[in-house]
Amino acid sequence: MSAIDILSLLPIALGGFFFLAGTVGLLRFPDVYARLHALTKADNLGLGLIVIGLAVNAESWFVAGKLFLIWALVMVSGASVAHLVARGALQRGIQPWRR
Amino acid sequence: METMTLLGWAFDGLLGTGLVWLAWRALSSPSLFTAVVLFVAFGLVLALAWVRLDAPDVALAEAAIGAGLTGALLLGALARLHGSSAHKSPGADAVRSRTRVVAWPLAAAATLVVICGLAATLIVITPTAVGLGAEVARNLRASGVSNPVTAVLLNFRGYDTLLETAVVLLALIGARSIGTAIDVASASAPGSPVLETFARFLAPLAILVGGYLLWVGAYAPGGAFQAGAVLAALGVVFALSSRKHGAMPAAEFPLRLVLVLGPAAFVVTAAITLVLRGHLLEYPPVHAGVLIMVLEAAATLSIGATLLALFSGPSFFRNNGR
Amino acid sequence: MQSVYLIVALFLLLNLAAGLWRIARGPTTADRMLAAQLLGTTAVGILLLLAQANAMPAARDVALVLALLAAVTAVAFVRRAWPPVESGDVRD
Repeated sequence: MSAIDILSLLPIALGGFFFLAGTVGLLRFPDVYARLHALTKADNLGLGLIVIGLAVNAESWFVAGKLFLIWALVMVSGASVAHLVARGALQRGIQPWRR
Repeated sequence: METMTLLGWAFDGLLGTGLVWLAWRALSSPSLFTAVVLFVAFGLVLALAWVRLDAPDVALAEAAIGAGLTGALLLGALARLHGSSAHKSPGADAVRSRTRVVAWPLAAAATLVVICGLAATLIVITPTAVGLGAEVARNLRASGVSNPVTAVLLNFRGYDTLLETAVVLLALIGARSIGTAIDVASASAPGSPVLETFARFLAPLAILVGGYLLWVGAYAPGGAFQAGAVLAALGVVFALSSRKHGAMPAAEFPLRLVLVLGPAAFVVTAAITLVLRGHLLEYPPVHAGVLIMVLEAAATLSIGATLLALFSGPSFFRNNGR
Repeated sequence: MQSVYLIVALFLLLNLAAGLWRIARGPTTADRMLAAQLLGTTAVGILLLLAQANAMPAARDVALVLALLAAVTAVAFVRRAWPPVESGDVRD
């Protein structure tokens, strides 16, 4: 396996791990706010690492640019939605979980 | 290679199971909201299935409409139902009725027949069944584009697409004739700076992606429908972020013009080709590429406006509902 | 290399299936919407991996469209379909 392949593989595997962390967070965290937090980690780190890993192996600069554009879009959308949902939850009186 | 096919089987198997489970849960859910969310998830997984089936054009349309716009449409409809107890799916009460005794075996039998029929078709039809792929490939050069899907949609079967644009317009007319003048959530919602900024961030990107999809449809998966759906989604985000309940800031007549632009362009082209060439929608091969691009551009604008109008409901035209 | 991409894609698909559980479970409407958002992001990841593994560049366009439109449903939920409730979590 060439060096480029390993350089591509490592971020992708790490990204997969962060997706797993996001899913586990979504399933196990006790309230909406914590679950939002887990969600955005999958958006940022999970997808980001996968994009980095794929961009290393991409056919052209255009393809790599498209990959990073997709990542930026998902991050901005995820952040906006997280803000809106969290604010809406607070307005509707959903209490954050306390120990 | 063995691992590849095994992985492929595992992937597709999981996709298929997920699709069936999602469909079942969406239909049997007691809460309409859960059913809508499950339906959106179904659209997402279905887009993945289309990609696995080597149908990226359909996957594009599914992602844009099934996973994005339909969710917004259904949620908007749900919001208008919120006042009444129609919140609960009517199926929850019918469960107890006596017709269930008759309905269940009938439904099971019908499902069994369909499954057996599909399985038999899969086994009987040879993998090398003759389709029209060869003919399309032969005539592709004369069609003006190099994407076979676009060639079929816009050239070889252009008549179908003409009718489709008319159907979309009819759907809008039908929806508007049923809709009431009263818009339920007419109290203006407080503005959200984050949402407005997000909408402004999204606007140039959505227009760019829509234009890209329209242009790339000539030689790669893409096309008018997908581009129109992306533009409509942008319009929906703006409608949702506005403080006044979603009224379009534009004047009424140009909006109506855009709505009919797609079907009108098709009809005009059909009339011209009928007069000049004697056949409906028979493009001269020299100009076919340009014609297709013009038709697709018109269709994109129309489809985008129509989908947005379907979402906005009565408030689409500014002076509507008085 | 291809099979590695497919393995990660399969792993992501399993994650997606697990997220479906949260949609079914709830308990609040917001939870279901969140799960749908995660599904969207996971699907984008799967599509990008499939594009590389199966040499289908069009799948990247599908991922682009998904990335653009994922927020639309959530925004419609927040601004229209989210019923106002009093304190605590709500069962819908």
